[in-house]
Amino acid sequence: MSETPNAQADSAPEGDSPIFSAQKSGQSSEYKPRVAAFLCNWCSYTASDLAGTARIHYSPNVRIIRVMCSGRVDPTFVLKSFALGADGVLIAGCHPGDCHYIDQNYKTMRRYTMLRYFVEQMGIEPDRLRLVWASAAEGQYLADSITGFVEDLKKLGPLNWKANWEENGERAKALEDIVHEHAEAMEVQP
Amino acid sequence: MKHDETLRIGVYVCHCGTNIAGVLDVEALAHFAEGLPHVALARHYKYMCSDPGQELVKRDILEYNLNRIVVAACSPNLHEPTFRRAAEDAGLNRFLVQMANIREQVAWVTDDSTEAFTKAQAHLAAAIRRVAGHEALERQFVQIQPRAMVVGGGIAGIEAALTLAEAGKDVILVEREPTIGGHMAMFDKTFPTLDCAACILTPKMTAVKLHPFIKLLTYSTVESVEGSVGNYRVKVRRKPRYIDESLCVGCMMCIDGCVFTQAKFPNPFDQGLGKRKPVWIPFPQAVPPVPVVDPEVCLQIARGKCKQGCVTACGERNAFRFDQEEQIEEYTVGTIIVATGFKAFDPSVIPYYGYGRYPNVYTSLEVERLLNAGGPTAGKLTLRDGSTPKRVGIVHCVGSRDANFHPYCSRVCCMYSLKLAHLVKEKTGAEVFNCYIDVRAPGKSFEEFFNRVQDEGTQFIRGKVADITPANGDGAEGGGLIMNVDDTLLGTIRKIPVDMVILAVALEPQADASDVRRAFGISCSAEGFFLEKHPKLAPVNTANDGVFLAGACQGAKDIPDTVAQADAAAAKALALMDAGQIELEPNTAWVDEEMCSGCQTCISLCPFKAIRHDAERKIAVIDPALCKGCGTCVAACPSGAAKQHIFGDEQISEELEGLMNYV
Repeated sequence: MSETPNAQADSAPEGDSPIFSAQKSGQSSEYKPRVAAFLCNWCSYTASDLAGTARIHYSPNVRIIRVMCSGRVDPTFVLKSFALGADGVLIAGCHPGDCHYIDQNYKTMRRYTMLRYFVEQMGIEPDRLRLVWASAAEGQYLADSITGFVEDLKKLGPLNWKANWEENGERAKALEDIVHEHAEAMEVQP
Repeated sequence: MKHDETLRIGVYVCHCGTNIAGVLDVEALAHFAEGLPHVALARHYKYMCSDPGQELVKRDILEYNLNRIVVAACSPNLHEPTFRRAAEDAGLNRFLVQMANIREQVAWVTDDSTEAFTKAQAHLAAAIRRVAGHEALERQFVQIQPRAMVVGGGIAGIEAALTLAEAGKDVILVEREPTIGGHMAMFDKTFPTLDCAACILTPKMTAVKLHPFIKLLTYSTVESVEGSVGNYRVKVRRKPRYIDESLCVGCMMCIDGCVFTQAKFPNPFDQGLGKRKPVWIPFPQAVPPVPVVDPEVCLQIARGKCKQGCVTACGERNAFRFDQEEQIEEYTVGTIIVATGFKAFDPSVIPYYGYGRYPNVYTSLEVERLLNAGGPTAGKLTLRDGSTPKRVGIVHCVGSRDANFHPYCSRVCCMYSLKLAHLVKEKTGAEVFNCYIDVRAPGKSFEEFFNRVQDEGTQFIRGKVADITPANGDGAEGGGLIMNVDDTLLGTIRKIPVDMVILAVALEPQADASDVRRAFGISCSAEGFFLEKHPKLAPVNTANDGVFLAGACQGAKDIPDTVAQADAAAAKALALMDAGQIELEPNTAWVDEEMCSGCQTCISLCPFKAIRHDAERKIAVIDPALCKGCGTCVAACPSGAAKQHIFGDEQISEELEGLMNYV
């Protein structure tokens, strides 16, 4: 067992943006996607505890962050996860209608739809973002969802943001067109 | 990461016996932590939650001037309060503690120990980075109203209400039906002692009615629940009885006086086997002993034209109010006990048992009513044509332990089937065949009762009944039935002719269980029963503080277990109300006044109406007493002015960086 941060961590020290470093991890023998998972405290985090108590094994590639509500997941957290080298971001919350905070998971749902469009504009496949409803009783379901997401990410391959962006030069032009079109509203000089 | 030379973080890695240490190299993990910024010391210990483990933390805080604590152990949902208290005991603010969940989310779920170690490193590094940004907070408390609401007036609700009232607390008992008593009031006898259900239940029902601290709201449902622990505002919808409860003395003269000389409408309390008039009472000992008028069939209400024999019979008491309307009443209570019970499985969805098609196939609940002296046949067990059955088959596990319906065991069917076998034999002398998969008799005196029923001559056939077919081809009235059963002990298919079949139906969640649990903010387990906070250690609590569970709404159970759970729920509610206050969630949101632009985006997002717009200062203001700390406003604030304690942007970002850097 390693007693120091592993090689991956050493290669991405603080201050050095690891945005484009994802490929490095993909060059080892087997590609292991990295997943940042935001789990709401009341349903999905409890489900992950239940998966543990029941010794349900799932893919180890996931890193879990507890938030009180899936509604707390700021879109910037998702973008920051990708920026820090995540190949996928999972958001899990209570089923619609079951939110501990009445209906905040509906706000997550709306944000999720918006975020999928948004990350696509930025050159990230929208399928790298996933929203799952897992109740406190659904440890098995959450574990299966994590493993399934990791499997799907393996098919997508490493998040190669830079390459995705450059390979499709039309993206930059499309963005420019948007700026021209809305120049007045955006109060910019194109 | 926050760079502050005064930071001194203490890191503790728990072995949890072999739970964590069996998978992870805890020593190496502690060594790894030692090398991270601001970590003053890192230790590993066998059981951090034990007294010596906590002492270790306390001693180190004092000796090494630690000002942040990270414990890598189990889920924060289990031991975060333990370590917060330990820190507080040593003079450190309790919110400067963070846990890394390396048991439930690492050691227990990962096959590969190398992968597990890397994951544990990431979680530990994240907790260390996160705790550096924690701030000292003051604990906030809220007062608890010394009044409880009990929802559901079956044996669970009755018991809980009485216990609370006897302790001197005001109780509001809400029941949907015209009477309290629930399913237990329908039963004839109770297993295994064969106590008469009514004999042991009705004294308690009367006690509820007479208790000065209990306000009984029958024929009422919960409309909505607002507020939170200590101050729940519950709206109750009171359906019209068309009879003034305060004037009626329960003489029942109106029922005799009704212009319908014959009872002709199916009585739901008798499972439709008995008949009732438009003005009716479920059973003679109903509490309150006030009849109710069915507006759909009452001539006066439905057609506006009737001789009103009931009103004449009521005479001077003048209790009838045909203009009564539905009312919504609001009550403020500190705690709520949900005891909404179960629903008997409807076996008509199982075509091969012929329920609803063959008249002499009954559910167990119907047979309870037939056997009950207060039931439609005055306690005489008869077939639909009035004759007495000579051969009776009882089918166990109808809807239970069946992947097509409910996979779970309903826990009570074996025992009530044995009871029914005994009662049928006692009342009719019929030959009884119990077809079972396994007989589950695990309670006090249960096995002895099973032996007794066997000795009485009931035949037990081990096997699931495949189907029930008519003996004469069409299954019409008077025709016998044949139970086709695979006798797994004899290893042969048997065809058993019977003239009555009793289906021992499963217990399932109430049809409107989802609406009810959503109103109270509680979750459900896979089968739809309400979910307790912890299956072993918090069996009557729910995820919603101040809301407790009692009885079969939490899972199928028998009367003794229901009563025990009801008393447990009452004790939990009492503990809260007697303490008089409860600690608020510390992770509330607040607004940085300098940064707030007054756009009011947050206001529409808050489900608790905790945010208001200060028109004078043109900023949003959050009331910490109303904020529950979901953080949705924080995520949505376009200027970053909305902030949250413990789950702030900085803290979550630090956690994220810690996690991703050590992937």
